[in-house]
Amino acid sequence: MTTNIIEVKNLKKAYHDGITETVALSGVTFNIRKGEFVAIMGPSGSGKSTLLHLLGLLDSPTSGHYSFNGKQVTSYSGDELAQLRNKEIGFVFQSFNLLARTTVLENVKLPLVYSDVPEHEWNERATKAIEDVGLGHRIGHHQAELSGGERQRVAIARALVTDPEVIFADEPTGNLDSKSGKVVMSIIQRLNEKEGKTIVLITHETSTAEHSERIIRLRDGELESDTQVKKRLSADDEYVK
Amino acid sequence: MTYAHLFKTSLTGLTTNRSRSALTILGIVIGITAIMLVISLGGGAQALILGQVQGLGTNTIAIIPGREPTGPSDVSALYSDSLKIKDVQALQNKANVPDLKFVMPTVFGAGTAAYEANAYQVSVFGATERLAEIFDLTPNRGEFFTSDDVLSRTDVAVIGSKVVEHLFGSDNPVGQKIKIKGRNFKVIGTLPPTGGGSLFNFDSMTLMPYTTAQDYLLGIKYFNRIITQTGTDAQVPAAAQDIARTLRDSHNITDATKDDFTVQTQQDLANRLSTITGALTWFLVAVASIALFVGGVGIMNIMLVSVTERTREIGLRKALGATDKDILSQFLLEAVLLTAIGGLVGIILGASLAYIIAIVLSKGLGVNWQFIFPWSGAIMGLVVSGLIGLIFGGYPASQASKKSPIEALRYE
Repeated sequence: MTTNIIEVKNLKKAYHDGITETVALSGVTFNIRKGEFVAIMGPSGSGKSTLLHLLGLLDSPTSGHYSFNGKQVTSYSGDELAQLRNKEIGFVFQSFNLLARTTVLENVKLPLVYSDVPEHEWNERATKAIEDVGLGHRIGHHQAELSGGERQRVAIARALVTDPEVIFADEPTGNLDSKSGKVVMSIIQRLNEKEGKTIVLITHETSTAEHSERIIRLRDGELESDTQVKKRLSADDEYVK
Repeated sequence: MTYAHLFKTSLTGLTTNRSRSALTILGIVIGITAIMLVISLGGGAQALILGQVQGLGTNTIAIIPGREPTGPSDVSALYSDSLKIKDVQALQNKANVPDLKFVMPTVFGAGTAAYEANAYQVSVFGATERLAEIFDLTPNRGEFFTSDDVLSRTDVAVIGSKVVEHLFGSDNPVGQKIKIKGRNFKVIGTLPPTGGGSLFNFDSMTLMPYTTAQDYLLGIKYFNRIITQTGTDAQVPAAAQDIARTLRDSHNITDATKDDFTVQTQQDLANRLSTITGALTWFLVAVASIALFVGGVGIMNIMLVSVTERTREIGLRKALGATDKDILSQFLLEAVLLTAIGGLVGIILGASLAYIIAIVLSKGLGVNWQFIFPWSGAIMGLVVSGLIGLIFGGYPASQASKKSPIEALRYE
């Protein structure tokens, strides 16, 4: 029996600008199992980014229940959420978000600085994560010297370094050419299959979403559909070495 | 987050923007430099003045006519003619003041000295032959006047080096006659240049017996100052009291608050001058502190810009697990490091400038100006600049810590 790592019930998020209320998410309910690879799709304005912020503990819902890895996180304090993000969540962003003028190794070590991992393990852990994404030869390079695909792989290594339960990837291939995008998707898929990481992927491209097992579609802040992917794409099949 | 990494993170933040960091701390550098300079020079000036005062001999007691005014309506402070010859005689009486080695009445005046076609504005200083001993004056040509000259009101003068230069050029003035206020005085000696550092500038003075100056030049019957010396320093306090009592007797004063004279020991004078130079120094420090304040506002301004610019970095760090406190500490430490570095540069710069000025003053003016490294100023400067970082960096740092992590996810 597999447990749910994410349980969302009637989750709502509304923004107030003082006069009007804009509803970004009007009550969604779903679960994600441990080790599942889920894609969240929807046109812009559908609320998928808002959902990712809530699931990734970067923002708090207006109402509803959210249980992350068995914890009722809606009642957690800012510091507790920061600790959870550090330990159990890895983020991969569309625009990479690496620190400027900093080496690959330093970038990947960044989450460890805020963790309780003892310092003597940092280099070993970071080096392993960098090798896992195939960038062992780039470890001392500055991010400016890397291609877009390589930068995104550094970001994946950074997400992996604390050995989190879930990786949230927000349009990870959005800024990449198709070849680099496939390399990134093959790494993400491998993390799911080989290392059993739960992956929550946000995308608006059907071809990217079909790498997952299950697609949740949002429209106007509501759950439109929740379907299993019948014919999964494997990034390795298409990736020409 | 460990302190070592906090420090490293903040330092990286600063070195990423070196030229901006340098410009940001300029205000602090200037402020601390100014404060160091003022304190160091103030200390040097104080040492110089005290050295001069004490050079007169700490066993010297001066009696000045009039008293410290106790209020705006206290007109008796103006009794400038209260010291007469009978006071001098009373003081010379060993029964009144047993510890005095000598009593020297003096008078001052000014006039134009002329020789042939040359004229020069001089200060006239009338005293007794003891003057040479007190101020260690040795004529380089001729000789000083004697007690006989004082007794018989001889028309003689000893002139300073500037007076010689303006009236006689390179000629020997000894034996010549100079004219002051229509009366001829025979030059019997000249003084070597004393330099500008002396409290009394003898270079442009004409010295003569006080009797001569009183009767023939100034037309007064009183003294501007009576200078006395005791045998030892330890006798000064008792002698000062004896002098005051003797003069009250002589002036029929019963109430000490109605004195028409002031007894001033060198120690009093030194204390007073210290107070004045000290007050002046702190006033200038206060002025220089304005630069520090402006520097602090500059720091706050740049830090606020920096926080806005680095929104993505802040958001990213938070997404990766940084707490509000981590971010607050990072930006606060950046500000404190900035200002402390500024303070350190200011201390080095200020001390170096003060050192150079001390050398220039010593060599250029021939005064014994000592360089004083103001340790108190340095420590204060470092503490104050660090505090400025805390105060003016606090607001931007708290703004940074309040930023929401989702801002990192906002696309460019």
